[in-house]
Amino acid sequence: MTALPPFQTLLDEHAAEVMGVLRGAVGRADAEDCFQETFLAALRAYPKLSDAGNLRGWLLTIAHRKAIDQHRANGRKPLPVAEPAEVGVHDPEPEEGIWQLVDALPPKQRAAVALRYACDLPHAEIAAALGCSPEAARRSLHEGMKRLRKELA
Amino acid sequence: MKDSLQRLAERADSEGLLDVAYASVDSPFGPLLLAATPRGLVRVSLPGYDAEEALEELAERISPRVLEAPARLDEARRELDLYFEGRLTEFDLPLDWRLTDGFRKRVQRAIERIPYGQTRSYTEVAALAGNERAVRAAGTACGSNPIPIVVPCHRVLRSGGSLGGYGGGLPMKEALLQLEGIL
Repeated sequence: MTALPPFQTLLDEHAAEVMGVLRGAVGRADAEDCFQETFLAALRAYPKLSDAGNLRGWLLTIAHRKAIDQHRANGRKPLPVAEPAEVGVHDPEPEEGIWQLVDALPPKQRAAVALRYACDLPHAEIAAALGCSPEAARRSLHEGMKRLRKELA
Repeated sequence: MKDSLQRLAERADSEGLLDVAYASVDSPFGPLLLAATPRGLVRVSLPGYDAEEALEELAERISPRVLEAPARLDEARRELDLYFEGRLTEFDLPLDWRLTDGFRKRVQRAIERIPYGQTRSYTEVAALAGNERAVRAAGTACGSNPIPIVVPCHRVLRSGGSLGGYGGGLPMKEALLQLEGIL
């Protein structure tokens, strides 16, 4: 078993990324609370963590759960959607600056994009997190990605 | 981000999740690394310390919940500042002795009681710790003092009066003895 590094190391290496992901997933206003909840939960569990192999993945998993909690707490209502849109799944390796563009998306699209690409959630879980149908989640994701591609082009 | 991290440290402390708080503080000899548990000051790393190594040691020996959280070290920093200015002769800080044990600990606790401006020989501290023949072990105990300066191992000299050793280097030991009016 690899020894657990001092928790401060996790903050030094991953706090900025976790904050970026959370801003994308829940918006700037709620990101701070989710950030605190994420790292307090991580601190609570840390001494008993059996595998120090993928601490970044572990933190992002906790962040994603906190983001879902936040969406549920906000009680978002399903968006009525006229027709389901087909969307191809792309897996770009997002660069640092892209989260600023994600941050600027409308809330539903922003959350769908972040939950899909930062937290690696399937459509069904994104739908559950956003409180909408899977089709509506797909559509938000599609619209968000379309806008991002336009911004990046 | 800085505010978020500070808030996190405060909340971790109030929820009992801050097992080891640390801070780097300035001294006339260079930066010191101070670390405290909820019980008290547990470690002072002298200038020249390797931060990564020092923090890993704390994580391994005490708890991996180690955070940079200077607030818990404020009083220690204040007293050390006064000490270096020659305006404080006795530290009044809660200490956590968990990084030491056995005979070493007895020696270190004996060293803690050597008054400001006085010195003892390694033989004398061995005797104070209950075994006057364990001079070599007393020397080792000085060298492994986890809380130097506050536990004043710089006040321990060789029997002939020569300086002996010091973790922060002999010039620092000499300067501390000068500060206290011994040299």
